[in-house]
Amino acid sequence: MNEDMNGLLEDQEEDTQKGKFLTFSLGEESYGIDIMYVTEIIGIQPITVVPELPDFVKGIINLRGKIIAVMDARLKFNKAPKEYNDRTCIIVIDIAQLSIGIIVDAVAEVINISDDNIVPPPNLNSGGRKYIKSVGKSENSVILILDCEKLLDEQEIDELKSSND
Amino acid sequence: MNNSYIDEPMLEAYVYETSQIIETLEQLMIQSEKVGNFSADAINEIFRFMHTIKGSSAMMMFNEISTLAHKIEDIFYVIRENQGVKYDFSTLVDCILESVDYYKIELIKIRNGETPDGDTASLTDKVNDYLEMLKEDNGLKKTKKEKETKSEKDQKYYIRPSKKEDPAKYYKAKIMFKKDCEMENIRAYTVIHNIVDLVEEVLYKPSDIIDNDQSIDDIRANGFLMAIRSTSSEEDIRKYLEKTVFLESLDFGEAEEDWYKEFEVIYQDQEIHDDIKIPETSKKYIENQKVKKEKEDIKQEVTATTTQSIISVNVDKLDMLMDMVGELVIAEAMVSQNPEVVRLEIESFEKASRQLHKISSELQDMVMAIRMVALSTTFMKMHRIVRDMTRKLSKDVVLDVYGEETEVDKNIIEKIADPLMHIIRNAIDHGIEDGEDRVAKGKSKQGSIILEAKNSGSDVLIIIKDDGKGLDKQKIYEKAYNQGLIYQSIEDLNDKDIYRLILHPGFSMKEQVTEFSGRGVGMDVVAKNIESIGGSVIVDSVLGKGTTIILKIPLTLAIIEGMNIKVGESRFTIPIVSVKESFRPGSREIIRDPDGREMIMVRGLCYPIVKLYEYYGLRTDVKDYENGILIMVEEDDRSCCLLADELLGQQQVVVKSLPNYIKRYKQVKGLGGCTLLGDGSISLILDVGEFELSNVLDK
Repeated sequence: MNEDMNGLLEDQEEDTQKGKFLTFSLGEESYGIDIMYVTEIIGIQPITVVPELPDFVKGIINLRGKIIAVMDARLKFNKAPKEYNDRTCIIVIDIAQLSIGIIVDAVAEVINISDDNIVPPPNLNSGGRKYIKSVGKSENSVILILDCEKLLDEQEIDELKSSND
Repeated sequence: MNNSYIDEPMLEAYVYETSQIIETLEQLMIQSEKVGNFSADAINEIFRFMHTIKGSSAMMMFNEISTLAHKIEDIFYVIRENQGVKYDFSTLVDCILESVDYYKIELIKIRNGETPDGDTASLTDKVNDYLEMLKEDNGLKKTKKEKETKSEKDQKYYIRPSKKEDPAKYYKAKIMFKKDCEMENIRAYTVIHNIVDLVEEVLYKPSDIIDNDQSIDDIRANGFLMAIRSTSSEEDIRKYLEKTVFLESLDFGEAEEDWYKEFEVIYQDQEIHDDIKIPETSKKYIENQKVKKEKEDIKQEVTATTTQSIISVNVDKLDMLMDMVGELVIAEAMVSQNPEVVRLEIESFEKASRQLHKISSELQDMVMAIRMVALSTTFMKMHRIVRDMTRKLSKDVVLDVYGEETEVDKNIIEKIADPLMHIIRNAIDHGIEDGEDRVAKGKSKQGSIILEAKNSGSDVLIIIKDDGKGLDKQKIYEKAYNQGLIYQSIEDLNDKDIYRLILHPGFSMKEQVTEFSGRGVGMDVVAKNIESIGGSVIVDSVLGKGTTIILKIPLTLAIIEGMNIKVGESRFTIPIVSVKESFRPGSREIIRDPDGREMIMVRGLCYPIVKLYEYYGLRTDVKDYENGILIMVEEDDRSCCLLADELLGQQQVVVKSLPNYIKRYKQVKGLGGCTLLGDGSISLILDVGEFELSNVLDK
């Protein structure tokens, strides 16, 4: 009986987060992040540069006493850099105890996308790095859903490491 | 085994107490072994240790542990009670150390929530044989029995003095324990020990429940009888007694005052024969002779034991406290250095903020001090390793320990015990030669290992130095080259780089038969462990003379005194211990060598210059020496000068590590961490040791 209750509660908690995505824009495209990963959204703040890191890692910021790294999504996805303005946001995500800030052009909204409206991405970039987990349809727009784990992929880090060395 | 009734705190206390005893016991054995015999004190102490373990393990239902302790206790009982008894010292030490190892394993099991199921059969046999031999050798077969029966008297034992006249009521209680619950005396003692808070006075029979094993039979046969004087209600006491573990039957009721008095009179007529054993004092050495004690003395003893001066605290709580103090220090700096307030120049504010600063820095020191633990216990353990290894390999090695009073953070201590062990094992196994070889090489027959700890700036150095055969550079190089770990030619590598290869995880020791064979077993683990706490391993060696391994360990999570500097938009903090001086040079003092490297001559000594903006590729307007400032830094007698834009001032900072994400990418050279400045901005802490320092020696 008790276990049933617990199971039910867990389900509910999962349900409230399931299918919800935080959308943000980078240039023309809309991207989405599973809300489960998102800790908070903050405005752009002064970033302390850490030397000898790849371009897209902008540096570190002080998030109320906690120091986290921030990466620029534009640079990460090989887009042209853009000057930060007051629309620029840092989305703080938390994956496997690793906090990181992602700098995006602007945060849009939190939307529901049902499973029926999520399709796997076309297999175009078989050779490249896949940061897109799936593609979601919402009303008239298409949202590229990010694969957060891949974003911080260890293997990729190793590659970078060896190329740096 | 059924532990369901054991509540967690009790188990925790048991594990804690027992492991402490085991540790002390081990040290005691090693010390005794050095002297070659047991002093009377040591014998008493060991006896008491085993007694405690026996009792508490039986309480917790760890029967195997208890039985073994009982057997060892028996041996020491014989030794203690018979002056001048002859016994085989080294076998006994081996026996006990073996038991110590067994206990350690079992304790780990218990801590992990497993059942301590180690088999003691062979150990118990060994101990039994020893005991038999001991008795036979000394014709003491019967001594024990006699001794035990001697003290078998009905005594009334006085636990707590009445402090005031009160309308107390009298009760009598008779407890029968369940059959085969074992250790009835200990259980009875627990009842008494806990009831004293509830009652004014309690007398009980049999009285010598702790010291006399015969009392078990008495309790089994006649039950455990208590006379209680208390102001608590009958119900409360009954409830308490009913909670007794393994209670078979309880006969409880109000008693006549006369009956109680009678009970008491018997008690007062008698002298107390047995020594007093109370768990809290058992840490101290209690004289084990039979002493007549006056009532007053006992009273004092009892009150003295109720005050505890040491508490154990969960390390997590300390960590949290530490973090909060760190935040407090930052907040304090934010307030007192707030530019707007400072501009107002209010005298009373300055006074108050000075006071605040004083308090917060004392608080900081205190929190740090709480977490600091001396290395001595860790070093002590190494004696054991040396002992075991020398026995096994029949080598003669002596371990000298220096600086064991050096304190490091609790977390760090836990991380260095294993690496130390590996290193010392390797040193004995592969470093130090056999006696004959040593003599042939003109060394003293006895090998020596020096284990030294000392503070060096913001680090603690642990130096392990042996006078064995040293590392063979050539062979290490060849091995590593063949295994494809390195590609450079041997001329391109300096000695330290080659020695460091032994720390490489892929550096396999297979098929190695020569001098450095085995060197490297577990050495990668050593390096990994030390690096995980932000330390480093330095290997140095002279072929034929010996090897020195230095573990450099930071006093991490430290709040350090730092010098803040600015380069372009970036701020850096240099630990103040590394800073020697700062000065503004004239460009004429700069020397350039043909490779374009720059140096500066200061007081006749030549120092290399590192331009921070160039080193880290930062943008700044200050590129020449006239406008910038040089900071001379030093570590381990090696120095260099760093060029920065300007000094921002000195401040205490809390060292925070760089985010894991960044650390996973790359270990940025020269960066030891980061910290928050007064205005909330981040400053990067420079690890001076990683810059290209050079030896600047005064010749």
